[in-house]
Amino acid sequence: MSSITEPKQTAPPFTVGIALDGAGWHSSAWRDEAARPADLFSPEYWSELVDTAERAGADYVTFEDALRLQGAAESSPDAPAGSRTLDPARVEGRLDALLTASWLAPRTRSIGLIPTVTTTHTEPFHVATALQTLDHVSGGRAGWQLRFSADRTSADAFGRRPPPELDIERVFAGEPEAGLDALIADAADAAEVARRLWDSWEDDAIIRDLETGRFLDRDRVHHIDFEGDGFSVIGPSIVPRSPQGQIVVALLAHAAPIFDLAARTADVVFITPENEAPAAGASRGKTAADLIAEVREAEAGVDRAALGLHPLRIVADLVVALDTDAEGGADRVARLDRLAGVATASDARVEAGPVERIADRIAAWRDAGVDGVRLRPAALPLDLGLIASELLPLLRARGLANPVASEPNPLRERFGLGVAPNRYATRRAPQEVSA
Amino acid sequence: MTQRQARLVAHFPGVNSTTVWSDPDSGSQIDFASFAHFARTAERGLFDYVFLAEGLRLREHGGQIHDLDVAGRPATLAILAAMASVTQHIGVVGTLSSTFNEPYELARQLATIDTLSGGRVGWNVVTSPDAFHGANFRRGGFLPYEDRYTRAEEFVALAKRLWDSWETGAVLADRGSGRFIDEQLVHSVVHSGPQFDVRATGSLPRSPQGYPVIVQAGDSPAGRDFAAANAEIIFSRHADYRAGQQFYRDVKGRLPAAGRTEDSLLILPAATFVIGDTDADAAEASRAIGFAQTTPQTAVAWVEAIWGRELPGLDPDGPLPATEPGAGEQRLGQVSTRVEDRVARAAQLRARAAAEGLTVRQLVAAETAAHTFVGSPETIAAEIDRHVQGRASDGFVLVPHLTPGGLDPFVDRVVPLLQERGVFRERYETDPETGFAVTLRRTLGLPQPPRPARDAVKREAAA
Repeated sequence: MSSITEPKQTAPPFTVGIALDGAGWHSSAWRDEAARPADLFSPEYWSELVDTAERAGADYVTFEDALRLQGAAESSPDAPAGSRTLDPARVEGRLDALLTASWLAPRTRSIGLIPTVTTTHTEPFHVATALQTLDHVSGGRAGWQLRFSADRTSADAFGRRPPPELDIERVFAGEPEAGLDALIADAADAAEVARRLWDSWEDDAIIRDLETGRFLDRDRVHHIDFEGDGFSVIGPSIVPRSPQGQIVVALLAHAAPIFDLAARTADVVFITPENEAPAAGASRGKTAADLIAEVREAEAGVDRAALGLHPLRIVADLVVALDTDAEGGADRVARLDRLAGVATASDARVEAGPVERIADRIAAWRDAGVDGVRLRPAALPLDLGLIASELLPLLRARGLANPVASEPNPLRERFGLGVAPNRYATRRAPQEVSA
Repeated sequence: MTQRQARLVAHFPGVNSTTVWSDPDSGSQIDFASFAHFARTAERGLFDYVFLAEGLRLREHGGQIHDLDVAGRPATLAILAAMASVTQHIGVVGTLSSTFNEPYELARQLATIDTLSGGRVGWNVVTSPDAFHGANFRRGGFLPYEDRYTRAEEFVALAKRLWDSWETGAVLADRGSGRFIDEQLVHSVVHSGPQFDVRATGSLPRSPQGYPVIVQAGDSPAGRDFAAANAEIIFSRHADYRAGQQFYRDVKGRLPAAGRTEDSLLILPAATFVIGDTDADAAEASRAIGFAQTTPQTAVAWVEAIWGRELPGLDPDGPLPATEPGAGEQRLGQVSTRVEDRVARAAQLRARAAAEGLTVRQLVAAETAAHTFVGSPETIAAEIDRHVQGRASDGFVLVPHLTPGGLDPFVDRVVPLLQERGVFRERYETDPETGFAVTLRRTLGLPQPPRPARDAVKREAAA
């Protein structure tokens, strides 16, 4: 135990991230005048969004993803084959998040890139090595928003395993559900495999020793020998250890079972405080302090230091619609709601209005103990532009955002996570290290 | 009469002993700067595409991780996306296993890179049935050897349906009517076959190329038939002129039966090269590089791999072992050292060593480090031209021995001579309407594959 570096307990830096998805987080945002709905699949669109966020000094961007179309309702087993359940009124389709981040990495220099990558139907080896590659390409700016797939549509798209059996109503109500537990266990295994693979090459494994003709020191490259209930992975990774070593793992969580998963596997947890909408699920109506207490309680059940993990960075999600000269943010949300025909229903609180109001909300959450905020622009690129030009400078003036980075820095550092110890290197006896 | 045009591909140096890591000019095999340099150099040389092999497991030798060769490489898809990001015209092509991937996910990933790159992606379809690689995957070594092409065929066919599931014009993005998509133009794919049981809808609009350029490297009769039916490029091992002509005739001869024309499939053998100011300089450099590629340790390990057992005390500067090969698998995860009949292979190697008076190391260098093109730039340009005009190939996949700068001398010295000969492009084609780069398929001069009749797709979808 003593060989593992004790994570420092100093207060982590307060981070501000941006969550990107399609035309924004309001389902009708694509119909706004300022939206660019025809460009949602164009490389320039994504490049411009991330460029805006980077110039404004945001710490990171996240990219949503799923193995299904957004509006695809659950296809039931007895629905006629090919019956369509798409909603023509909303944005459908996405580029693969990890590959979009990989494409953007050489075009950016300091901002963190956190794609969503799902675990339930994918291969942990592919996921882990692709994330390492993103970390290499970005010079240590990669993160992973881990997500699992509870839905039948995703299962049908792979067709390899029967769809998960779970009662979504019970999950939503935060009640115990065995099907959910199985999915969580599988996701935890995938994360464990990834973390072991990320350490499977020690930093100094490549020796290029002319004397002995060895490129590698094979004693510093490790099989991971993972054996779980559902699958096993022998390792090592095909990718040498990446600049960050351990890539930042983040999870969006609304309920106790996911807080537990975060406590076991993640560095960062996104929470959704102060939202009265039913879409908040088990987090509905809870304050930031309530949710922080729940997260810390989940953490208390795990020896995170032994896993080489720092305390979870708790980041609050907030959908923002900012005032423009022409229209108030609340008016815009109301207008978009009318276009949608229903009031917007987000799992995260929607805050509309002037930047001061948004900043006050963020300050209050910081005082309650959150380590950062992830802003979900209601409309893209409109609200991102306002975040960049008005909100971030104000947050910075109030000590709620970091200075614009002049040097590329690892994403871990932005979260105050420090250098990640290697679980395999630390097992070597001290005399061997010094030999 | 117009001359046949050469196609050139740049193969990022891989994890065989042919990649020399001991040279002071040998750079990182994993830093992105190496990939960016390599891709940009190939683009400067107006190459058709850059190519990367795939790693699914580190090689093992004698039950331990093989430590003599370069090891460690990026995940294929992510690095292709990043290389596409730092180039404008050149294609990016990678090997991706049809065994350890699933059609829905891989189709979506390739469509994403095709979209981001403006239609410059290609897929080298490789079958990998063995349990050794399977130990890194959820399902393990699940596929019987004889089913590997069954799965590849079904995989590609299903992926093509997914790539076609959004018709052109499916995205309306019409603010006024409030319709983002025309749901009549987005189709479900329902498939049930021996390998896959899938119900899905592709998750992004049809990409610029529709689907990636399909590359294939199999050499067995099953592999050749698969290529004739599916591939647009064959990455072949027949760089020798006569063997190349035979292979070229054989495979192109299979095309009519598949309803295809000769120009719908390009045959590109892998080729190594050593350039010198004169042919004599190049020959000398080739010998030196061959020995750098064949260290004493590498030579012994190679013989062990062929012999299928450890050979303690084998002298690299002495003769081959007098004992007969064993039956074990000494080297795992490498195709080039796989042997069907070890005794016959050993006899063949002994005969060569005796006839040419070679030590172990000299023999291994002769077997594994003989370079395809050795000569002055003029000599190499003439050889490439001869192969292409003589229908021994449609061009070459060039494999440098150094990362990342090994391609530079070829681009600087040989490409201009191919251009002078009128057998290689002077510039990349751009779309006259948009001014943008054209797709990889168009750069390669390959015909646009027909889209399946939409009626047929609709019928299947409704079936």
